[in-house]
Amino acid sequence: MSASGSIGGTARREPHTPESTIGRKPDYLHAESTLRSWFLTTDHKRIALLYLASITGFFVIGAVAAGVVRLALIVPNGAIMTNDTYNKAFTIHGVVMVWFFLIPSIPATFGNFLIPLMIGAKDLAFPKLNLTSWYVFMAGALFTLVSVVLGGVDTGWTFYAPLSTAFSNTWVLPALIGVTIVGFSSILTGLNFVVTIHTMRAPGMTWFKLPIFVWAHYATSLIFLLATPVITTALILLIAERAFHIGVFDPAYGGDPVLFQHLFWFYSHPAVYIMVLPGMGVISEIVPAFAQKKLFGYRFVAYASIGLASVTFFVWGHHMFVNGQSDLASLVFSALSFAVAVPSAVKVYNWTATIHKGALRLDTPMLYAMGYIGLFVLGGLTGLYLATLAINQHIHATYFVVAHFHYIMVGGTVLAFLGGLHFWWPKFTGRMYSEPWGRVSALLIFLGFNVTFFPQFILGYLGMPRRYATYPAEFQLLNVLSSAGATILAAGYLFPMLYLVYSLWFGRKAPANPWNAKGLEWETSSPPPTHNFLSPPEVPRIPYDYPIQAQESRDQHG
Amino acid sequence: MTPSHDSLQLWPAAVSATATETDLLILAFTVLTLLLTVPVFVAITYFALRYREGSEADRSPSGIRSNLIEISWMLIPFLLTLIFFVWGARLYVHSKNPPPDAMVVEAIGRQWMWKFQHPTGQSEINNLHLPIGQPIRLHIISQDVIHALYLPAVRMQVAALPDRYTDLWFKADKVGTYHLYCSEYCGTDHSVMGGEVTFMNPGDYQDWLTHAGAQQGKVAAGRALYEAYGCAGCHEPGSAVKAPSLAGLYGSQVKLTDGRTVTADDAWLREKILNPNGDRLAGGGKQVMPSFAGRIPADELGTLIDFLKSYSAPAAGKAADATPPGATR
Repeated sequence: MSASGSIGGTARREPHTPESTIGRKPDYLHAESTLRSWFLTTDHKRIALLYLASITGFFVIGAVAAGVVRLALIVPNGAIMTNDTYNKAFTIHGVVMVWFFLIPSIPATFGNFLIPLMIGAKDLAFPKLNLTSWYVFMAGALFTLVSVVLGGVDTGWTFYAPLSTAFSNTWVLPALIGVTIVGFSSILTGLNFVVTIHTMRAPGMTWFKLPIFVWAHYATSLIFLLATPVITTALILLIAERAFHIGVFDPAYGGDPVLFQHLFWFYSHPAVYIMVLPGMGVISEIVPAFAQKKLFGYRFVAYASIGLASVTFFVWGHHMFVNGQSDLASLVFSALSFAVAVPSAVKVYNWTATIHKGALRLDTPMLYAMGYIGLFVLGGLTGLYLATLAINQHIHATYFVVAHFHYIMVGGTVLAFLGGLHFWWPKFTGRMYSEPWGRVSALLIFLGFNVTFFPQFILGYLGMPRRYATYPAEFQLLNVLSSAGATILAAGYLFPMLYLVYSLWFGRKAPANPWNAKGLEWETSSPPPTHNFLSPPEVPRIPYDYPIQAQESRDQHG
Repeated sequence: MTPSHDSLQLWPAAVSATATETDLLILAFTVLTLLLTVPVFVAITYFALRYREGSEADRSPSGIRSNLIEISWMLIPFLLTLIFFVWGARLYVHSKNPPPDAMVVEAIGRQWMWKFQHPTGQSEINNLHLPIGQPIRLHIISQDVIHALYLPAVRMQVAALPDRYTDLWFKADKVGTYHLYCSEYCGTDHSVMGGEVTFMNPGDYQDWLTHAGAQQGKVAAGRALYEAYGCAGCHEPGSAVKAPSLAGLYGSQVKLTDGRTVTADDAWLREKILNPNGDRLAGGGKQVMPSFAGRIPADELGTLIDFLKSYSAPAAGKAADATPPGATR
């Protein structure tokens, strides 16, 4: 019944053995080793690693900017740096983290690597388009970073007009152009995933045998395809207004600044689900594997992914309750926003029910998954505070919002990303990481995260506005606490970077399936061969075919 | 300058009935949040311990039909939270409909100051004095980018838009001085675009309007301009730029680089602010001051120079804008 004694099997306990060059399997990592073979590869797994390396670099840049922000906020009067420097630091933190880390994070790395493996395909539908999307992404991101090198941007990641089009004297144009270009990379990735999932599934891999990870990426791809063109349009109009003074958003030229907010949030609210849905996909793979139990309510969880992706298109107006939108619009958007709670609750309760009566192993990925559930629940419910009109009038644009979206976007994406990174690390690299260090990192991040962001709920409720370089002295204690927490969080992020890189050379070699997990990606070797499977994989009888079956499997498959 | 808070507060002051009801709504929502989250957290922790691999535990199917559970845990939290939608919406609609007898105060936001004008014509910058027991309607607009006027003590904020008026109304019933902020990011000095709102008894307010308001309001407004235009950032003691102090400058004799001596009068101050590197440079330091020509309107320049006139000695600087009587927390 349980998997005891077989975690990783014999290979996991085997001492490190030098790799023999004779008889090595032609896995995707070792198939070719020239730089050219990496930078011109069309193998989805190599492209995933290109993305992984790039977004890790961007994460470091974004994290350093966050450190600067938290450092500045230790003292109330802004004595450490000028207001201008502070504004540039939080702008870069937001721009880099949202557009160059959170949005591509799980889809571009894990999605790229795993979707073909999970559906039994040998690659994505358009391998060259996939490589193109990485180059587009890098070009856009580097374009934006040029603006940082030249002197920075101070508009905030939201680029509200007319501050961004007429009043800011910083390097707004290169930043805007870069972000616009990166959007095309999202569109290409989304297109590739949708076509792949529709047309490349192995024989027998029906829609209701797909892992939730694939469902989540299908839903995410729909948002990429439908919402990204809107932000692209909005940003191009912003660029045109700044460069040529056309009157779209700036009232000085006859424009409407609230129009930009509508266009911006029509994309940027769904973008939250671009970040959150893939994370939910990751958690839906980890929880059953470490409980050795079928995912509870599989069909409900699958539908909830599509449900979330749909509902998220109808709630953008909740970002504008105090921004001069009509009261009727505010009432409608408030009501619709409460609907997001339904599919979110489905996911959380189903993960909890999956653990019930399972055979649980508290390894690193599972610790991250449990931390994720805690943070996501708090982040989600505080979102309902913000959706409540009268409460929003008080806490809009305060630190309450900062705390809320960090619980959702860091709790909901970074923890899932790190959980998934540990879970699939053996598959990506063929090496095992250090389990004790992994657990330490998961606990440190959970602790550091809460010490950093929980005080911000209180700060916001007390009335501290966000994006403040200086603040009244009575807010100092909570700010110092938050900055102290950020130090713990930074240490928590540093550990995986060190021991995961260490494992690349010194980690134990990984077996094909170290976790006794189900899913086609575990049927092939670690790391997989270039075309994923040496022989066609056998599609399982039911999804999540774990030793312990939930009662409801009769309802769905009987 | 700021209201005094010696210790950490965990609950912001509330000065209106709407603010108190908003607090109640938030409190009730927090109770619901705990009801919805604590069972999940307890269950996850309990299951994680009870059902650890290798533990002796009953793992037989529990025999509950899942569709029923699924639908109940979708709908029950949703319906519970909908109560809060209705409650929040009612309070919001109330706060969006000012009574017809509300006193209208004009508010103008610009980078980076708030200008308020009372119905009787007096105006003030960054600070706002208001009577209690009287509905107040703030009629708000921006001169440049989007700002937002935020008064935490009444639990309200609304955007100041460059192209159209927005409104915010409340009725305070407690005297005191509280923070007033800009809550929509508006550029470099966003975080210093604010001051305080002082709620006063109606009699004190009338008194303030006729006496203190006219006199102190002018000096305080000048000082606010002195800070808003960044003069204080260089000319106050302890600044990195080490520009000369302006305290006591008005009326004194100033030695120029070319050897002449002039009296620091209105005309010379005006010249120095609008054209700092002209032919009447003061000696004794490198000139780094930017020109304010075109940045500062004529009426504000007058108010600023009036402040400099009254800025006689360093000690007088802080005393000049002491809050009027009856305005303590």
